[in-house]
Amino acid sequence: MFKYILKRLGISFLILLGVSFLLYTLLRCMPTDFVEAKILALNTSGATVSDEFIQQMYKTYGLDGNIVEGYFSWLKNFCQLDFGKSFISQREVASEIFNGDRIGTSFMVAAIATIFEFLIAIPLGITAATHQYSFRDYLVTVLVMIGISLPSFFFGQMLKDIFANKLGWLPVSGMTDATRDYTGFAALVDYLRHMCLPILTVVILSIGGRMRMTRTNMLEVMNSDYIRTARAKGLSEGKVIYKHAFRNTLIPVVTGLAGLIPSLFSGAMITEQVFDLTGIGSYSLNAMTQGDIPVIMTYNMFLAFLSVMGVLLADLMYAVVDPRVKLA
Amino acid sequence: MEEKKDFGMETVETEETAVAALAVEDGETPLDKNVRLMSPTRMVLRRFFRSKLSVVGLIMLATLFVFCWLGPTVYNRWGEIETDRTGNVSYSEYEAGTEENPFMQIIVTDRGVNALAKPSADHLLGTDEQGMDIFTRLMYGGRLSLTISFLAVFLTSALGIILGGVAGYYGGWVDNVIMRICDILMCLPTLPLMLIIGTVLDSNGVPSSYYIYLLMGLLSLFSWPGMARLVRGQILFLREQEYMVAAEAMGYSTPRRIFKHLLPNVLPQILVSMTMSLGSMILYESTLSYLNLGVRIPYASWGTMIEVISKRSDILQNNFNVWGPPGICIIIAVLGFNFIGDGLRDALDPKQRR
Repeated sequence: MFKYILKRLGISFLILLGVSFLLYTLLRCMPTDFVEAKILALNTSGATVSDEFIQQMYKTYGLDGNIVEGYFSWLKNFCQLDFGKSFISQREVASEIFNGDRIGTSFMVAAIATIFEFLIAIPLGITAATHQYSFRDYLVTVLVMIGISLPSFFFGQMLKDIFANKLGWLPVSGMTDATRDYTGFAALVDYLRHMCLPILTVVILSIGGRMRMTRTNMLEVMNSDYIRTARAKGLSEGKVIYKHAFRNTLIPVVTGLAGLIPSLFSGAMITEQVFDLTGIGSYSLNAMTQGDIPVIMTYNMFLAFLSVMGVLLADLMYAVVDPRVKLA
Repeated sequence: MEEKKDFGMETVETEETAVAALAVEDGETPLDKNVRLMSPTRMVLRRFFRSKLSVVGLIMLATLFVFCWLGPTVYNRWGEIETDRTGNVSYSEYEAGTEENPFMQIIVTDRGVNALAKPSADHLLGTDEQGMDIFTRLMYGGRLSLTISFLAVFLTSALGIILGGVAGYYGGWVDNVIMRICDILMCLPTLPLMLIIGTVLDSNGVPSSYYIYLLMGLLSLFSWPGMARLVRGQILFLREQEYMVAAEAMGYSTPRRIFKHLLPNVLPQILVSMTMSLGSMILYESTLSYLNLGVRIPYASWGTMIEVISKRSDILQNNFNVWGPPGICIIIAVLGFNFIGDGLRDALDPKQRR
């Protein structure tokens, strides 16, 4: 077991190296990088820019030298947990990304949305499976399939239009009501009111996948021998489903939890942009369109790290939850 | 002789077998009169069309395809990038002048383009903020969105099938290298990656007419690992099956083993996964267009047509006819592909009883 984990960690390290090199190369391929845009802005404002100044600029931003050199100097700093400074704001990337406003907001939205997703999707999946091919099954399937098929920007804007603009029940966008100065409990209510629509968007879009997964697993379990045995013993249908079948459908649900880790922190890029949330998603979206290399690298490496760890954890969880699985 | 042996594998007895067996016990009719042999293809088709959802999906997509490809030839009043320049002329009158010499001042405002018109006989769904006919753009946009997603899915699948097949068939270090590349690519989040690539393409001055094709082509370069894993997993599993060992023992050639015995068994999963990814490709394309990284104005795609509301909230509030129809088209297309994919999965599953 220990050896297995070590081996997997080694492979994960290599994967992360590959990811970082690929990303860095791509980023450096942007011909109009941040410095060039800056110089262009200076030029248009009438200032004369000397070649020396340009060289100096490239040096300060660490963009002098070729890609390989740049990569290794980036890697060296990154391994010392020095993520560099954001090109745009000139602040430390670490404090820019890892604070309550950015990653905190995204985490809040994702965490609450995930809880609702599980609470809604799993019961739906179970009823659909136990009533396979009935009207109920079709209804649930069609509804969640519509959910999967919604483009996030369209659905988000639609919710915004209906609930905020037309009905006026909820705030249109942003994190807090700027016109009021709430404190204590009122501030919390205000915050939650702003979070309602983004969370609703994320939940509706993600229920489908989870529900389909639960349904498939449940159907598989319902067809297995021990369920037939349980029925043959004369157990009530409720006991068969909730005591025998449901527990076994939980196996993929539990292992799926580990796979959720990256999505908890990645931020819903489009949704955050639609609702003007300050989360990590809209922040990195902005960074990406402006070529802010330190921010993009840190954000994506953070996500890559989480997803590698998520896969590893999911495999380990599998062995913990399901005694039939042996890791080798 | 060899052909005969395969015959046994390709005939599948339907549920009528049991009935037939009973009939024979009664001694009424001989067995072969009562058993209906069906090819797997026919059985799959029958199961597929029996499911209401897949038929609904098929109808939805067929309608969309007819709408997008035949539509513009039938309804050709407006072109894709044709601006309605009739203008909406408005008059306002003012009384002016002095008491002795009164006169009426009439101000004629000609906005030049008939922008943001409400639906009418002239414009079935109104016009957008640049005075272009939405109904027409919906059809052209659909052509582009659907074509792009098909191209991207075929490219992705081709790459995935070849690389996954090679990895699964040869094993060893080849397998290791390909799978590690898969791991790396799977760690890259797709949307951020596309944003970066989009910016790279942008700054290289790629012409807007084939920009989106290039972008989706590059997207396929990064999204094949899913398919490769699926194909590799299937091949690893099937390679160990008894019938494959039998095929080897019979002395069949490698191409025959791969194409006649291995491939038909991987095909169902590939088909299902391709259908499903058609839907997600449409979503990707529209999201990219919405972020202004996909199809460029004046060219239409469903995502581009919605993009305007991210900048102008007045259109979001007042002109549902501008952004509603393309959104509904996206939903219909994605839903259609998902329904068909789901139906195919059920129909191709040999364990299915229905």
